[in-house]
Amino acid sequence: MIMEVLIASSTEEICELLEQDSSRQLLAGGTDFMVEVNYRHRSPSSVITIDQVPELQNWHHDGDSVVVGSCVTYREIERGPLATLVPALAQAARTVGSPQIRNAGTIGGNIGTASPAGDMIPVLSALGAVISLRSSEGKREVSLEDLIVGVKQTSLRRGEFIESVRVPVLDSPQEFLKVGSRSAMVISVTSLAFITYPKTRSVGIGLGAVNPIPTRAKEAEVFIADFLDWETMQVDPSGIDHFKDLVSAASSPIDDHRSVAAYRRKSIGILAQRALTRVFTEGVL
Amino acid sequence: MPNDEQPHLNVNGKRLTIQKSWFGESLLFTLRERLGLYGSKNACEQGECGSCSIMLDETLVCACLVLTGSATGRDIKTIESLAPEGSLSTIQQAFIDTGAIQCGFCTPGLLITIKDFLDENTDPTELEIREAISGNLCRCTGYGRIVEAVRIASKTHDESQGAS
Amino acid sequence: MTTIESYKTKSGVGVSAQRPDAVPKATGKFSFSSDLSSHNMLWGQTLRSPLPSARIKSIDFSEALAISGVHAILTANDVPGKNLFGLEHPDQPVLADDLIRYAGEPIALVAAEHPEIAANAINAIHVTFEELTPLTDAESAITADPIHPEGNVIRHLKIDHGDPSVTGDLVIEGTYEVGMQDQAFMGTESGMAVPSPDGSVDLYISTQWLHSDQNQIIEALDLPEDMVRLTLAGVGGAFGGREDVSMHVHLCMLALHTGRPVKMIYDRNESFLGHVHRHPAKIWYRHHATEDGQIVKVEGKIILDGGAYASTTSAALANACCFSTGPYRVPNAQIEGWGVRTNNPPCGAMRGFGNVQTCFAIEAQMDKVAKALGIDPVELRLINALEQGDTIITGQKITGAAPVKEVISSLADHPMPGPAENNLLARPGGTGRTTDQKHIKRGVGFAVSIKNLMFAEGFDDSSEALCQVEDGNVAIHTACVEVGQGFITLIHQIAEEVLGTSDITIIPADTSIGSAGSTSASRQTWMSGGAVLKACEAVVVKLIEQIFEDEGVKYENFNGTLVSEDGTKTIPVSEALKGRSFHEKIVHRHAPTFPLNNKGQGDAHVSFAFAAHRAVVDVDQELGLVRIIEIATSQDVGRILNPLQAVGQIEGGITQGLGLAVLEELVMKNGVIQNANFTDYLLPTALDTPPIEIAALIEEPEPGAPFGAKGIGEPPTISSTPAVVAAIRDATGIDLRRVPVRPEDIALE
Repeated sequence: MIMEVLIASSTEEICELLEQDSSRQLLAGGTDFMVEVNYRHRSPSSVITIDQVPELQNWHHDGDSVVVGSCVTYREIERGPLATLVPALAQAARTVGSPQIRNAGTIGGNIGTASPAGDMIPVLSALGAVISLRSSEGKREVSLEDLIVGVKQTSLRRGEFIESVRVPVLDSPQEFLKVGSRSAMVISVTSLAFITYPKTRSVGIGLGAVNPIPTRAKEAEVFIADFLDWETMQVDPSGIDHFKDLVSAASSPIDDHRSVAAYRRKSIGILAQRALTRVFTEGVL
Repeated sequence: MPNDEQPHLNVNGKRLTIQKSWFGESLLFTLRERLGLYGSKNACEQGECGSCSIMLDETLVCACLVLTGSATGRDIKTIESLAPEGSLSTIQQAFIDTGAIQCGFCTPGLLITIKDFLDENTDPTELEIREAISGNLCRCTGYGRIVEAVRIASKTHDESQGAS
Repeated sequence: MTTIESYKTKSGVGVSAQRPDAVPKATGKFSFSSDLSSHNMLWGQTLRSPLPSARIKSIDFSEALAISGVHAILTANDVPGKNLFGLEHPDQPVLADDLIRYAGEPIALVAAEHPEIAANAINAIHVTFEELTPLTDAESAITADPIHPEGNVIRHLKIDHGDPSVTGDLVIEGTYEVGMQDQAFMGTESGMAVPSPDGSVDLYISTQWLHSDQNQIIEALDLPEDMVRLTLAGVGGAFGGREDVSMHVHLCMLALHTGRPVKMIYDRNESFLGHVHRHPAKIWYRHHATEDGQIVKVEGKIILDGGAYASTTSAALANACCFSTGPYRVPNAQIEGWGVRTNNPPCGAMRGFGNVQTCFAIEAQMDKVAKALGIDPVELRLINALEQGDTIITGQKITGAAPVKEVISSLADHPMPGPAENNLLARPGGTGRTTDQKHIKRGVGFAVSIKNLMFAEGFDDSSEALCQVEDGNVAIHTACVEVGQGFITLIHQIAEEVLGTSDITIIPADTSIGSAGSTSASRQTWMSGGAVLKACEAVVVKLIEQIFEDEGVKYENFNGTLVSEDGTKTIPVSEALKGRSFHEKIVHRHAPTFPLNNKGQGDAHVSFAFAAHRAVVDVDQELGLVRIIEIATSQDVGRILNPLQAVGQIEGGITQGLGLAVLEELVMKNGVIQNANFTDYLLPTALDTPPIEIAALIEEPEPGAPFGAKGIGEPPTISSTPAVVAAIRDATGIDLRRVPVRPEDIALE
């Protein structure tokens, strides 16, 4: 079967092409899509490549936040100025696949694929990212939690695509930690993002690979707030054990060929503790 | 988007005409089985082994993860361009001298990756080398000779050589 | 990092000669079996069973055959000869005709103009199955209803050595398990069959043993030997996984049926289904030791899961049992082993072949004995180390070199590595940034192994070589398969050594010369190296005879230079060969071996090689993550023929051993592989692989071996695994009894 490949050069063009036929497959970095093509699990008749659309390839610093185009690659997030602006996102990007994958794969692709193990997901979740969606009907903004509704399922409407991601720029510590059996190029067994919000004296904790949809450990976030001293950046150790338990309790992991639920539940708590104590030194308040 | 023009790929500086019926194939398949450029190897078709590493518009990617139809008109460099016919780049020579080649299946992909890496990082540490090649699986060597080859090549690497 | 600088010189045996295929491999010009193409070529594909156990009720391929561009669909009915093949004996259908015995078993073949058309045709073949309950537990298979006419026990082997009534002051028991490892060579199975008008076929294929393939193909095709010609196509690694027939018969069938060349390349998923794996094992041991640390008796039970078909299970079991007590002097042993058939994927050869499984268990036992007696683990191994003249548990006396103590001592004396670099990337968890310095515990583990070299138990093990000289130009021909190990380099080195020139032609390996045996069992240096050596020497003998006839002067050969008896005249062999022609073909055999008797006793093996490994690991016990900091090794090599290639074999072999220790396993669920891809079958990356330190290569020449050299390919893979696991035990105190060690095995303990 001959595949039609349409190379879009602007977001307007993407809108038009999708309006003509909303069944057309969008192709960004191709790092997930092409595996399905190569193994003949998918063979769409028409593909729109969007990774050469300048608006989608760019990002800009906009006051208190950055707006990252959906086709910005992991590589750019990992190494460029973005790494200073959103360090946890850069730390997560560095764990995605290989250098080759990171040169091609995009943040929008990671969101759109909506895998529970997507490495951007916990960070974006903990940052409270806002996703801009676009279609010929116009634009709308949704939270990550509203966009990813199930394992590999999104609430994207017909003819709609991810245009950009807005995340806050915070001049405060952030941590991303990921467990995999291999030192590099490994799918997440569990991962966790830990974001500090000094202004509101709160933390954001995003969990990866332990739930079907993006999840924050909300109870743990609230609980630990009382044990933090933001002046000295210290944490009262008496709160840590329960904090860990609350993070583990926010997970509902499964057994699969990569690991077992019991390990995932335990390790996500440990990652939370480690992130916490990297940022806040232990000391009785 | 120019639809009428005969589609083509720019491979190793040559403009090669391709068929629209190849658009739905991976660039790796097109390079190998359509254009006879067998130097890029096919070992996993998942982007997990790096054997098909090529440069696409000066960016290191896996050719198996590029849709041929999306590469039209773009600049592609493969292992075949690494050194002029009859000569070897410093990296190729270092691979040979250090014993970094056994079965050789991973070699072309590694060479492309290392060339790209050394173009940016002229004095890498061992950890940096290992991270840079972590997307290129080798089953024969255990990487020891390969890391040694990169170390040696980094001392003599000339950015102007071959694919960049 | 081991420096190889000191080893480098130019040519001959003992120096780091350059691979003759190095330049084509470095420039992408080397032709692998997947790079073949031919005018008018079709693409072949295989329909495989998704079920591990089923009865085929019907196959309907009418829809598939109607697809434009499809040229053939073949099933079991189309197999011209016997629908059976097998490496040791034929028990596996070329295409399933009735029963499906494993998930991945081939059912039908397609030839089409394009791989996508072939894939569409595969999807359009409708097979109706009656699903059966798979037998997946190896232990229950021994007594379960047979899943194959030959029964479920492929081999049951007992070794009864010494006095069974002996007991030790200390008795240590342990049960161990080894998961299913895969060879995971980088170049997947691929090849091309080209039919001839006379009904014969040429097969270009990546393999380990051309003649074994040929013998199996001719039976299935019902063709005489000269009608099925095999030529080696470039091999992208093997490690045992290409010893069995995969697509060979299928390609020939499709080519002969369509009258057109047919090419096949397995994708990575199919590669995992299309070749045998390392046998998973369950092992029980009871060690008896005296208070001063002498092992006086070992009792053991070993079960290898052979999967659905026999492959080399019988020989792998023999290795597992014969060397089940390790490189130690054990006067009394009662060992019982079973190689069984299940509905799991077939298992067969992989580097280390049977020794890997038992070495993991035996070395764990040795550590437990040492701990219980309060003896240093290295010291315990020295106390019990085999020596030349000792007898192993099969009653065979070791007549060759056995520098076990030297191997152990030289490694123990090697300096330890310092702390890891202060960098998250250098710690457990790698790029995942999981582990801070305070979470790390360091551990050190030591393990020693024994490996038999070459085929055993009375097998007529041979290799043929031709040295052909035409007007002074030398060509060497063998059927020895180059898989990456560097045999073709060695051919040049041997020619240099004997003929004084490495300027020779290597005739491609094919079936027009006699068998070289398999590139496995660490045997080709000895076997085909020996054959090439003898063939070259035979040419020189003839040359000296001719010169004597011509000139009446008697010469003798000194490393490629002829010296007259009176010492007054010298002439390089290569000079003397000019203008002359020779054709010397010889068959080389090693000393005969013998079958094991009903007590598992007999001189079943030719020669033994020993290695020791010391692993240093950093473990994040809370998360169960391991970073291997260094593996150091000493190995008994007889003599080093090419230092650079030796280092390459050792580093590569160790990396496969560490893969089994902490990463690599085909995860099975009800007989179906859950991770038949490189996303989830985790090979070590460069970041998982530590620097490998070679403490010593012990050169004690092996009597009877060409140049005194022992095979070096397998030992690195055998004791590296237990050394890593011992190091993790040392760091964590956890009694790890299964490999690969998964994070949860540590963290949930």
